[in-house]
This record gives sequence, C-alpha cells and structure tokens, in this order.
Amino acid sequence: MLYREAGDFSTTYSQDSQTFPIRFDRWRYYAVLFVAIFVIPFMVNDYWVNSIFMPFLIYSIAAIGLNILVGYCGQVSLGTGGFMAVGAYACYKLMTAFPDVSMFIHVLLAGGITAGVGVLFGLPSLRIKGFYLAVATLAAQFFLVWLFNRVSWFYNYSASGQINAPERDTFGILITGPNTEAWATYLFCLIFTVFSAVVARNLTRGSVGREWMAIRDMDIAAEIIGVNPLRAKLTAFAVSSFFVGISGALFFAVYLGAVEVGEAFGITKSFLVLFMIIIGGLGSIFGSFAGAAFLVLLPVLLKVVGVDWFGWPTDIVAHLNLVIVGGLIVIFLIVEPHGLAQLWRLAKEKLRLWPFPH
Amino acid sequence: MKYKLGTMAVAGLMAASPVMADLVFPSLSYRTGPYAAGGIPFADGYADYFTLLNERDGGIGGVATRVLECETGYNTEKGVECYESTKGEGALVYQPLSTGITYQLIPKATADDIPIHSMGYGRTSAANGDVFSHVFNYPANYWNGASAAVNHILDMNNGDISGKKIALVYHNSAYGKEPIRTLEKLSEKHGFELTLLAVDHPGQEQKSQWLQIRREKPDNVIMYGWGVMNQVAVQEAANIRFPMENFIGIWWSGAEIDVTPAGDKADGYKALALTAVGDDFPLYDDLQKYVVDAGKAAGAGDQLGTVPYNRGIYAAMLAAEAVKKAQEIHGVADITSGMMRDGMEALVITEEVMAAAGLPNFGPTFSVSCENHGGEGMVAVTQWDAGAGEFVQIADFAPTDMSVIQPLIDEDSAAFKAENNIESNCN
Repeated sequence: MLYREAGDFSTTYSQDSQTFPIRFDRWRYYAVLFVAIFVIPFMVNDYWVNSIFMPFLIYSIAAIGLNILVGYCGQVSLGTGGFMAVGAYACYKLMTAFPDVSMFIHVLLAGGITAGVGVLFGLPSLRIKGFYLAVATLAAQFFLVWLFNRVSWFYNYSASGQINAPERDTFGILITGPNTEAWATYLFCLIFTVFSAVVARNLTRGSVGREWMAIRDMDIAAEIIGVNPLRAKLTAFAVSSFFVGISGALFFAVYLGAVEVGEAFGITKSFLVLFMIIIGGLGSIFGSFAGAAFLVLLPVLLKVVGVDWFGWPTDIVAHLNLVIVGGLIVIFLIVEPHGLAQLWRLAKEKLRLWPFPH
Repeated sequence: MKYKLGTMAVAGLMAASPVMADLVFPSLSYRTGPYAAGGIPFADGYADYFTLLNERDGGIGGVATRVLECETGYNTEKGVECYESTKGEGALVYQPLSTGITYQLIPKATADDIPIHSMGYGRTSAANGDVFSHVFNYPANYWNGASAAVNHILDMNNGDISGKKIALVYHNSAYGKEPIRTLEKLSEKHGFELTLLAVDHPGQEQKSQWLQIRREKPDNVIMYGWGVMNQVAVQEAANIRFPMENFIGIWWSGAEIDVTPAGDKADGYKALALTAVGDDFPLYDDLQKYVVDAGKAAGAGDQLGTVPYNRGIYAAMLAAEAVKKAQEIHGVADITSGMMRDGMEALVITEEVMAAAGLPNFGPTFSVSCENHGGEGMVAVTQWDAGAGEFVQIADFAPTDMSVIQPLIDEDSAAFKAENNIESNCN
C-alpha cells in the first residue's frame, strides 16, 4: 500500500531520474527534513544535542565520506581517523589564525585541505589493491597521528599537546566554545550533513559515480571501456577525504571542543566508521545514516535502559554494550551482508504490497 | 534504583528540611578498558566515603549525598555524554579522573557554573584561580610532581645532579606531556640531561623505549604512566635490570596493582604520593562497620586500603569538607554548584579537619584562595616493599620548587586568558 508507484507518472526526464521517484517516498523525505529543521531545534536541550544528535550527524558525514571510497569505489581504507585528524587540526589552525572568518568557511577549507592530503595518500592506490591498500592507508593513519603529536606547530606549542576550540561564530551566532546554544550547534551540523548527503548522492549517480562503481566492480574492464583509473581513484579519495575532513573539523570544533589526537582520532575511530558503513550498508547513502545512528545510539540506549531504568552497575552495562555490538556485527555479516540499507529496501518492497501480498 | 530509593528514604528520615533534597556528586568513573586498574579502586573509594557519610552522619549538614556513577572508559566522547546526562541532576562538582576529559569540561563547566576538582591531574595552570574560576587542582599538580621527583633525586645525590642523565617515560597524551616543560626548566637549573621517551596509548608496547634506556643508561627514570602502562613499564624495567630505587613514578603510577605483576623484581620501586598509605586510620573502622559489613560497599568491595582507593576517599573527603564550608558560608544546607565553588575556594585543610574526618596525617595541610586554586603543592614519596607487599612512605610531605613552577603557571594561564578573553575572577 505504501511506496506504490501507481498513479505516479513521469512526464520529463528530470522527473524520471530524481532521487526519490516515488511520491510517497519523496513526501516522507520532505517530512523528515521538515522535522529536522523546523521542529527539533525548538525542542532540544544540551543533553539531546551533545549526546545524541551531534555525534549522529557528524559520524554520518564521516560514514558518507568513507562509503564513497569503500562502498562506491571499492578502495578499502583504514585511515579515516587520520583524515578526521587532518580536518580537525586544519580547522584549529584556521580558527586561531583567522579569528574573524566565519566558521562555515573554516570547516569547508578544512575539508578542502583534507581532500588534498587524501589525494596524496591515495596515490599508492594506483599501484596496490585490496588488503595491500588497506595496509597503506593504515600507515597513513599512524603517520598522521604521529605527525600531529610530534610537530608542535600543529597545536600552537601548547604545553599539553591538546587543541582547544576558541569561541567562534558565524553570522554573529556562536558555534564553538562553551557558551553556544544547543539549537545553533545542531543546525550548524545539520546543514553540513544535508549538504554532504545531497552532494554525495548526486555525485554517485552521475558520471563520476559510475566511473567509481566501474572501478569497484572490475578495474580492468573499466579501463577497457574508457574509464581513467587515475582520475576515478583520485577523485574518490579527494571527495571521500573532503567529507571525512569536514566531519573531523566538526567533531573537534563543535562537538568535543578539545581533542588530543591519539585518543580522539586513533585507529579505533577508523574501525568505528568502517563498522558503521558495513552495518549500514556499503554503497548506500541511507546506509551511512543508518550505520551511524546504530553505533551512536545503541550505547546511549543501552546505558539509559541498563543504568537509569534497571540500576545495573555501570561496568556491567559497558561490557554488555561491547558484547551486543560485537554480536550484532557478526550477525549482520552472516545474515545480511548488505547491511541495514538492504533491510530497508526489503521493508519497502514488502510495504508496497502490504496488506495484500498476492 | 533500589540504592536511589534507599538514599532517598534516609534523606527523608534525617533531613531537617521537608523537601527530599540531596547533594549530588557525579562520579565519571571507568571500570572498563585499559585504565580500569586505577579507575575501579578510585571510584569505589569515592562512592564508599559518601555512603559512609549517609549511613553514619545522615549526609552532610543533614542533607543526604547521592553519587551518580557514569562509565566513561577514559574516553572523552563518553565523558561528554556523562557530563551532559548528569549535570541536570544538580551536580555539585565534577572529578573526571582523566586529564583529557578535564580539558574538555573546563570551558563547559565554567559556563554552567559547576566547579571541577582535578586532584593531581588535569590542566596544571588551572592552579591560577584568577583565570580558571571554576577549576581546582589542590593539593598538588603535575608540575609539583615533576619537581618533587627531581627533589628526591637531588636528595639521593646529596644535592648535586649536574651531568646526570634523567629519562622521562610518559604516556603520549596531554597527561604525559604536562611535566615536560617543567622538567626542561629544572634541567637548566640543576644541569641534568633530560631524555624524553613517549609511550603511546594504551601503553602495552614499550620494548623500544626500554631498549633505549638500556642503551643510554640514564641515572634515573621518571614515569608519568597510567593504567596498564605502569605494569608493563615496571616489568620492562625489571627485565633490563634497571635499579628500581632509581625509578620514580608519579602518583598515578604508584598503586599496588602496578608493581605486583613484576613480583620481587619490583622491590624498591618508588612513587610519589598525594596521601598516606595503608588502612591504619580511624575512618577505616567506620567504613568496615557502616559500609562493608552492611553490604553497601561499591564494586566488589575488595579494594579497601589500596593507594587509588585511598585517593578516592581523599577526593571525596575534600569534596565533603568543601560542602561543609559552602554550607557555613551561605547558611543553607542544600547547596547549589555555585555555592560549592565558593566553598572550595575558601577551603582550609588543617590537621584538625583531617583528624575530625577520621584521617589524621592522611594528607598535607593546605589552604585554597581565590588566586591559588592549587594549594601548597606538598608531595610525599613512597617505596614498594615487595616482601611485605605494601608501599612504605619514605619521605614526608615536602614543598616543591615553586620558583620554577609559579612562573610557568602564570605564563600558561596568561596565554589561556588572552586566547579566551577571560575576565579576572578575583577582585
């Protein structure tokens, strides 16, 4: 009954190729956007923004970025944490060097700088593939963390090696620092998340995205039909790193406010984002959101249920969280290798026929 | 929930005020992860002390206390989540037991008018209360620790260490990097040669660092380690037969659990101390009677008397004394976090106060003022006796070299003040 295409006639090509061709789906999408932009900002407090919405939005951007590289272009990367660190430190240097410039510009520039670094580390991908590329990006991860720990210019020579986000604004509204309003930081991150998702969606269904997917499916065949592997792989690294850099900048400046590179952007962060796209679904924008939501919300949910409702000891709940997340990853890999996105697709198919499946 | 109902019932019986008020102490603990070895006993001690106050005295000034525990796993993201979820419950003071989380909470808590007590950790320059209005790090900070370690080495060498080689093995994080600048200044002053050896989180891999120590043969090693890093370092030092009496850890590297894995080879290892060692204090009798025997001990209840447990007790005791001070200043029993801040700023710990709390000679005496949030920075030294299986205090609480530390505090806090346009807190 839901998600039916009956009565939905496309009369132009642009209608035919839009992101949500089914009217019901389109309205659902508009409804979600409407709630996110016009309802949630008026209802949130610090707790909801800082514990739930902000990590979800920021990790979604990182997952979208990694999904472009791994899910669409087939280049396995374990360097996400390192690239997020590039975004964070670039943003920090820009914020302290140009205090009067709007945060929007800082975050975008941080993304741009990360894209450059990503291309640099993407160069080996022209020669090496698969596991070997994973190891090369792992090297990028360790090198970048080491660099930001080692060279004190990156943290402005502070005694502790920590970087702290000073108060900065955009259009006179405080975005970073302790005195921000919950709705302002939420909306700021939301704008970047929506922007990333729309850009990623449109890139992946255009000629660039088709080149990426051709490389992913079979690189030799792609080369024969005229896809330039240099261009395809490097654009994938650039676009992916751009989004990952934006998420790193937001992660540091808006969400945490102070980070230490080894702790915040270590190898565990790379794996976390990789788990997000595996659980969410490789090669799917919706999957990036679903995976981020899953891994951000599950620990909070378990904590609320276990500690606040049942009064269990905090360490039991923390261990339980590890057990459940680990178990779910295994279950997903066995039962549904295509992730939550595939479940969503199946649900839509079912809903289309419901309640008369024959 | 049961516990919550229990404390509420106690509060209802004992409290003079008709409302069921309570004093909320969030405990951002970590009972999981590579740092749990230190996190568990500290959290147990912190919780047990407040349980004791409720059971024995009916809270502080007639108002029951409530400890809100939240698991951070030493992770800054979870720390933020814990802060946001507990601050709405009327949290009086945060003691995150993590330098990374402290750095994060300094601006947030200041904006929310909630004090932070980073006891022996956190941002060292927060000792300048004129800039950091809501952050306290009494009784001693990292730079006092660095100076105390060097002072002890001076004592061992009859006051002359020029030309000696000292290596610093440190956790490669904000925590471990804190003492570097102080040690560099001290090396200029005393003429020793400083080698820096960073150990990455979590600290299980230290082969190359100790190989370097074996090759360069420094006269002394100072360690700023935490969690699993301590045990590995003591073991590695034993493996290369580094003389243990020349190996000094900061107070975070001086728990029983850090040295026991190395067995007899760890004998003679030294560590700085913020509090006295052991359980030979009147308070422990009350703890046994009201908390342990009543089955109300936090965690497994097997940590009593260990160094980090004592530190948890001490942190809770200082918080409770600050509450009493705040109640005295403002004349209200059910204080707010802003009043708590005033109480902490007026805190004076004398021998009488400690004796009244059942902890005579447990820690140094000190006083806090608006300008000085760091106390006098008195540090003691302990040594591990593997045969007896206990730390023994070998040097009493002694002052550190403030002529080196104070300019560094002023410099760093002035930079923070300029960077963030902070107004003067005092005057």
